[in-house]
Amino acid sequence: MFVYILRRLLQAVAVMTIVSLIAFLLFNYVGDPVNNLVGQEASFEDRQELRSRLGLDDPFLVQFGRFVTNVMRGDFGISYRMQRPVEALIIERLPATLELVLVSALLANFIGIPLGIFTAIRRNSWLSRLLLTISLVGVSLPTFVIGIGLIYLFSVSLGWLPSFGRGETVDIGWWTTGMLTLAGLKAVILPALTLGLFQMTFIQRLVRAEMIEVLESDHIRTARAMGLPRTLVNYKYALRNTLLPVITIIGLKLGELIAFSIVTETVFQWPGIGLLFIQAVSFADIPVMAAYLVMVAFVFVSISMLIDVLYYFVDPRLKGVGAGSLS
Amino acid sequence: MTGNLSDRRGSFLWYTFLHDPMAGVASGVIILFLLGAILAVWIAPQNPFDPASLNLMNSFYPPVWMEGGEVSHLLGTDDQGRDLFSAILYGTRISLMVGMGAVLFSVILGVSIGLAAGYAGGWTEALFMRAADVQLTVPAILIALMIDGFARVSLPLAVHEDVVLYVLIFSIGIADWPQYARVVRSTTLREKEAGYVAAARIIGVAPAIIVLRHILPNVINPVLVLATLGLALAVIAEATLSFLGVGMPATTPSLGTLIRIGNDYLFSGEWWIILFPSLTLVLLALSVNILGDWLRAALSPRLR
Amino acid sequence: MGRVLSSLPRNRQKGLAAYIRCAAYCSFTAFFLWLGLDVKPVGAENTVRWSSQGDALTMDPHAQNEGQTLTMAHQIHQPLIEHNAALQKEPALAREWRLIEPTLWEFDLQQGVYFHDGRPFSADDVVFSFDRARAPTSDMKDVISSVSSVTAIDDRTVHIRTKGPNPILPDQITNILIMSRSWADEYGVTLPQDTASGQETFAVRHTNGTGAFILELREPDVRTILVKNRKWWGLYSGHNHNIDRIIYQPIANSATRVAALLSGELDFVSDTPLQDLRRVEATPGLVVKKVPEVRVIFLGLNTSMPELFSSSLKGRNPFSDLRVRLAMNMAVNREAITQRIMRGMAVPAGNIIPPGINGYTKKLDEPIRFDSDGARRLLAESGYPDGFDLQLDCPNDRYVNDEAICQAVVGMLARVGIRVRLDAKPRTLHFPKLQNNQTDFYMLGWGSATMDAHYHLSFLGLPNAWNRTGYVNGRLTSLISAMAAETNLMRRNTMIAEASGIIRNAHVYIPLHHQMLAWTMRSYLDLPIQADNQPQFRLARILSE
Repeated sequence: MFVYILRRLLQAVAVMTIVSLIAFLLFNYVGDPVNNLVGQEASFEDRQELRSRLGLDDPFLVQFGRFVTNVMRGDFGISYRMQRPVEALIIERLPATLELVLVSALLANFIGIPLGIFTAIRRNSWLSRLLLTISLVGVSLPTFVIGIGLIYLFSVSLGWLPSFGRGETVDIGWWTTGMLTLAGLKAVILPALTLGLFQMTFIQRLVRAEMIEVLESDHIRTARAMGLPRTLVNYKYALRNTLLPVITIIGLKLGELIAFSIVTETVFQWPGIGLLFIQAVSFADIPVMAAYLVMVAFVFVSISMLIDVLYYFVDPRLKGVGAGSLS
Repeated sequence: MTGNLSDRRGSFLWYTFLHDPMAGVASGVIILFLLGAILAVWIAPQNPFDPASLNLMNSFYPPVWMEGGEVSHLLGTDDQGRDLFSAILYGTRISLMVGMGAVLFSVILGVSIGLAAGYAGGWTEALFMRAADVQLTVPAILIALMIDGFARVSLPLAVHEDVVLYVLIFSIGIADWPQYARVVRSTTLREKEAGYVAAARIIGVAPAIIVLRHILPNVINPVLVLATLGLALAVIAEATLSFLGVGMPATTPSLGTLIRIGNDYLFSGEWWIILFPSLTLVLLALSVNILGDWLRAALSPRLR
Repeated sequence: MGRVLSSLPRNRQKGLAAYIRCAAYCSFTAFFLWLGLDVKPVGAENTVRWSSQGDALTMDPHAQNEGQTLTMAHQIHQPLIEHNAALQKEPALAREWRLIEPTLWEFDLQQGVYFHDGRPFSADDVVFSFDRARAPTSDMKDVISSVSSVTAIDDRTVHIRTKGPNPILPDQITNILIMSRSWADEYGVTLPQDTASGQETFAVRHTNGTGAFILELREPDVRTILVKNRKWWGLYSGHNHNIDRIIYQPIANSATRVAALLSGELDFVSDTPLQDLRRVEATPGLVVKKVPEVRVIFLGLNTSMPELFSSSLKGRNPFSDLRVRLAMNMAVNREAITQRIMRGMAVPAGNIIPPGINGYTKKLDEPIRFDSDGARRLLAESGYPDGFDLQLDCPNDRYVNDEAICQAVVGMLARVGIRVRLDAKPRTLHFPKLQNNQTDFYMLGWGSATMDAHYHLSFLGLPNAWNRTGYVNGRLTSLISAMAAETNLMRRNTMIAEASGIIRNAHVYIPLHHQMLAWTMRSYLDLPIQADNQPQFRLARILSE
């Protein structure tokens, strides 16, 4: 087990190093950091002085080392556009994205999994077929189309739900939450639906496929042949075997939610780090882009490690081997 | 009953295809789109990518069946006078080019790596599979977004405009190879132990030929299913990137770009600018998904 | 669910089913009730929820000479002289002012004024603010470049000395906002922010002004909240506004912004997308106010470089030929742009001076006639029968429909053989390109802080960071310096007319149009519209319904 965890840890470090390298290359070589920091009247001497002050003439490894130490301390420099420290920006906006992702994940899983189970067990009912067709459409709808459509229907035509922003938020320490106010809860529904719909349908289809395969497997057939009650067979045995691989996917999908939140935040003007990143791209705000890259990679790597460790404890087959990739 | 496995499989596929109306309709739609895209240059009444062919006074025409519509502009025009029908044809062409290009790139890359890793084993396998794992931690859309975003920020405009199509294909394609590699590798591992492979090795057949002639055909099934579903995802990914502004620019719009342009006119009464490209995109993705579904069901009988 | 139920005994089945049904119905009802729960509290404050495309860049009043930033700053701080809704000068922190020598102005200051934190206002704060606005890191220094020194004579009087006679100094200082010296000393913000120092200064998100509103919360790009300054001295001298709170939230996506307006989530949008005006006007409860903005939108041509660096044509610069410039002017169909892109909310222009300011002549503003074929012929005559290629630099978040206008111009120029690559980007990237002289062909808009043509002529007719045409005309230069010191109105206006004529006939600019403003607000919000696109909430009232 120790070997297993160590391997995953090494892998995590490898990912972070590569990502930091890419972020560093961007930071230093895309555009000229000096140009972005001084006014246009600055003389050549001023620029040179700034270059040496920022250490831009030091050897590559020294600069990279400095970059990594700064990153580990959380210092990403100053945003060119907002003229504020990047980490302050990220901390301000992170809770919005995380809350959105959490609600979307809850929606996607707590609706998707039961629907998947239902359509697997009652394969031939008309409801099952209907749900399958709907899920097919759901997987074919791009996130932004869903978002625009929902705004048109629920905000403008019906006037039930807000079309932008987080509503009212409450500060708890450095975290801001929209979950404690009515306005905040209302504001999160449409974005969460938009973000979660694709996942909901995907998970439903995945669970259905997995469960069907498990239900046809030998040991389930045996159990049924032995006369065990249907409920017991379906829920206790089949479900457990289905959920194992599904858990891994859910973990990866959580990362995808964070990625797709960029689109949702753009459509709903949701003040999270996704919107921050897109604005940084159009403004060529390199420090923010680099910071987003590193931060988001860190989140993914952590989730991935967590899932792997969880899986290790859940799947007994792994305990005996220093398992590598789980394909 | 002679003939090898693939023959029988072929006829079975054809049988299920003929008996599944959904698959038939879906394929019909896809073929329609493909034809439209390929023949766009000849069918389209206007070349929406040529600024000289646009006339601003022709902007905001509604579709032909509404008052004020013109026959020369079947689906109306957008804010710059682009004929929407032509723009959709050209846009579909781009979406399909990027989608298919990306999938092709992914498949070739992923299958080659999977075969090599599975057959060679040892450190080759370890290296590639580690790389796949590492890349799988980051979602595909984010990788594509990063590459596109940084390309846009760092390349001068003239260069960027010329290469944006290839940047898109590359960024979406490179994000997806690990899943093909993994599937191919596990299948290869299995087939490697089969009797006929051992026999071929004993005879002295070169490893490359073993891999290509014997192992590859058995690997195609799952790859085909993944590729079809991957096409739908790639098309949606390209539309998403274009909508966010890091994909195809407004001068050579894809379906996603058209939707972004049309978004500004959602409430102003010129609904056709956003509706028709959206419908096209969804229809395209849906058809590919239906086909993929059918393919998966046909190739693994237990799911039916 | 059926399977689960069927494994239970009969009566328990019925009970369970009934229970589940009831739970389902109840939750649905509760959900919909909750959705409708949007009770407006009685006796609430008068709040204005305001939105536009782009947020203020900073709360430091001297750091950025930029529209939205200054608009926000004007709610919190005040200048010596401010504009009323009709853009006429009114006393603000200066009660009276007079010219006591050709280069010396005297200002009598208001008494009994306090900053938001209670500090008293005095002449020393004026001196400090002007010095700060002239500091190297200030973006306002070009506006008051004619000022040589500012001194406090006593607690209530200030002298401003100019380098040469400057009859329009009072117009120029309407955007120089007054800060407190002691506050700045205490918080270390005696200079506007120096980005290279790597620190965020306190003034970027905190303020201390004398204005009608106090900054309560600043979340850049998310939300800025201003609350009424109940001790504001202006409340006792006629400005009896009743706005308690202003919540500003930028919404970049125009469809989302309009959706929020239509659904009632916003009270005031200062940049209504033109294509939605018809629908917004037809919506009950919303009112659209329109006014021609004092802002001309035009394209500038680089005429003086030996070759265009964005073109593949090497060795010569097509724009150095007057005929080519005239051809470009003839190739642009201003009527089409006004009708189709601006939806009638613009007036085609023929010169770079907007109507409404002193020195404007209608005759000199006649748009050049649109003649695509004529343009082609002229180009062929000048030696460019096959045209040439180049790049057009445009902002995409500054002027009304700026990117769409540029796209249309690309099409029009393509039709006469000039192939243009369009580079549309945010203003914070576009303007530095201009200022660093990296563009051959650019879009720019120019409003007036002084309501006098000299502002336009000096910035657009003389070489400076905002004029990249490279055009130099001796007569024009001497006219502009002469009019700056000329006190005889008639002589001055003749000079202005001659100078305008020179610029127009040189065709170094392609004037497009003068844009119009459209502000949308709730019918119960009475906010006068201003032609400088700077809403002043001290002039607003919420009408009781």
